[in-house]
Amino acid sequence: MGSLLDYLTAPTTIFYLAVTMTVFLALQISAAVMVYAERKVAAFMQQRYGPYLVGPKGLLQPIADIVKLVFKEELKPKAADTLLFAAAPVISAVAAFTAFAPVPFGASTTFFGLLPEPVPLMVADVNVGVLVIFAVTSMGVYGIVLAGWASNSKYSLLGGLRSSAQMISYELAYGMALATIVMLAGSLSLREIVDTQSGYWFGFIPKWYVFINPISFMIFATAGVAETNRAPFDFPEAEQELVAGYHTEYSSMRFALFFLAEYINMVTVAAVSVNLFLGGWHGPFIPEAYGWIWFLIKLSVLCFGYLWLRWTLPRFRYDQLMAFGWKLLLPLATINLLVSAAGVLYFGL
Amino acid sequence: MSIGHYLVLSGLLFSVGAAGVFLRRNLITLLLSVEIMLNAVNLAFVAFGRQLGTVDGQIITFFVMTVAAAEAAVGLALVIGLFRHRESLNPEAFTSLKW
Amino acid sequence: MGSDQLLFFGFAGVSVLGSLFVIGQRNPIYSVLALIVSFFGLSGLYVLLEAPFVAVVQIIIYAGAIMVLFLFVVMLLNVPREGESEWDKAHPNFRPWPMRIGAVLSVLMVTELVWALSRTPGMTIGVADERPGNSSVAELGRVLFTDYMFAFEVTSILILIAMVGAVTLAKKREH
Repeated sequence: MGSLLDYLTAPTTIFYLAVTMTVFLALQISAAVMVYAERKVAAFMQQRYGPYLVGPKGLLQPIADIVKLVFKEELKPKAADTLLFAAAPVISAVAAFTAFAPVPFGASTTFFGLLPEPVPLMVADVNVGVLVIFAVTSMGVYGIVLAGWASNSKYSLLGGLRSSAQMISYELAYGMALATIVMLAGSLSLREIVDTQSGYWFGFIPKWYVFINPISFMIFATAGVAETNRAPFDFPEAEQELVAGYHTEYSSMRFALFFLAEYINMVTVAAVSVNLFLGGWHGPFIPEAYGWIWFLIKLSVLCFGYLWLRWTLPRFRYDQLMAFGWKLLLPLATINLLVSAAGVLYFGL
Repeated sequence: MSIGHYLVLSGLLFSVGAAGVFLRRNLITLLLSVEIMLNAVNLAFVAFGRQLGTVDGQIITFFVMTVAAAEAAVGLALVIGLFRHRESLNPEAFTSLKW
Repeated sequence: MGSDQLLFFGFAGVSVLGSLFVIGQRNPIYSVLALIVSFFGLSGLYVLLEAPFVAVVQIIIYAGAIMVLFLFVVMLLNVPREGESEWDKAHPNFRPWPMRIGAVLSVLMVTELVWALSRTPGMTIGVADERPGNSSVAELGRVLFTDYMFAFEVTSILILIAMVGAVTLAKKREH
């Protein structure tokens, strides 16, 4: 008992708890920021103003949205399966949050010398981190497919099945692109993958994997956009086709959980891309201890890329979407893996 | 934890799966019970592999998982075909070949 | 009770309870979900056995792919609860005795297994006591691609056959 208390009040444990709480809160805040950014970016791309009434420049718009969602009436179709109807948004949200656990966002730090040894800035430093993210993303499929089934309505079921079929199809290309980077880096731990990307060639080109293997980055980004059901791959929840797809019958807080899960999935895929391809927290002019600033900058650029894609490209039809995933992206990812393997053997990386 | 604990657990899971195969009158649940049995075997392999200090137990687990995936895919395709024929998933309903 | 034992019994309990739910539930969707919960318990046990790669692969393949396949089939066929399909209503209580004898035999099997294990020497050796574990993914890859190379290649052909077979069997016949 004494040793348990010692363990709980050790500086390292407190630091871990603080990091976990920070990540949890930061993800929720990032979802709110993304909601606002999406509407503003969409507005500027469509030559209009977007939200500007609520607060200065419309900055309080997400808060207004959340308040509205909290006060809405909770509806449930009479023939819906109660347990699954309630559990599906929870599964989606839990998977979305958990997927961010193995993602590092800063260099190992001793927090101004308070900790006895350097602790990496991540929630869970597992040595198979890349696979854990993959596994938890697979779990997110269940939230969607159960939501579609439990709502007991045509649009929901079709949307749910289509969405989950799309997600599991694009997981293959996602995994192949991931495998290419794992092969180049020689480790499954995200922290080590970022560590191999420090340093510069010729003094000014950073050693990021996006320069060694840009095709991998494109495949990963495309598969990531398809995984998170974002345009141009958002057919399963397109308003014009399926009312709202798998979350047609949801309202109020349950819908808010789906909404939250979608945005956090976007942030997670962008964060994993930053760590795998763009060098994580390494960058010029800022000391390593504040590398998380560079991480946030790169993350913001990728999230802006997400929004840019949504409001620029028209959406794929479902059969075009599936054909693209299976017949173009997967063979391309496989060939990319083979060529990268040949390169690793030849150049002895 | 001793190897005996893991083996007893593996045996227990295997019997639960076997009981499922006997007790359930639904083809899908039958296939699920077979998956339980395969998982019980996986657990025994990994436990023994750990005790002997090699990775062979884990490697065999991969092959078992792969075979289970292939078998589940083909089994479910058969289930779909059978359902189209008879509109029921009760294995007792498919007795055309009996004498 | 050490934390190791607590974790073992916790995960073992989750696995066994999940499996019991699978065979006890009438609704096939709940059976599939209970099996997923059971797989999570097994995954935790693999982590305790110092096999993190197998644990994660179990989630990815079993709980993330095979169970999604089961779920799709259940949803597409709209599988009714057991005992409520047309055939079941037309043939109530069809041959219950094989079921009952089978259940008794399963209970007998587990009792016999526990009895046989209790009389085997060497069952109380700790799993982690004798030799050091070797759970690095690099080692796994090395052994897989050297000692088990043939099995690996054959498995890839097996998956190809299963894919082709599943698509052929499940297609609608053009009459």
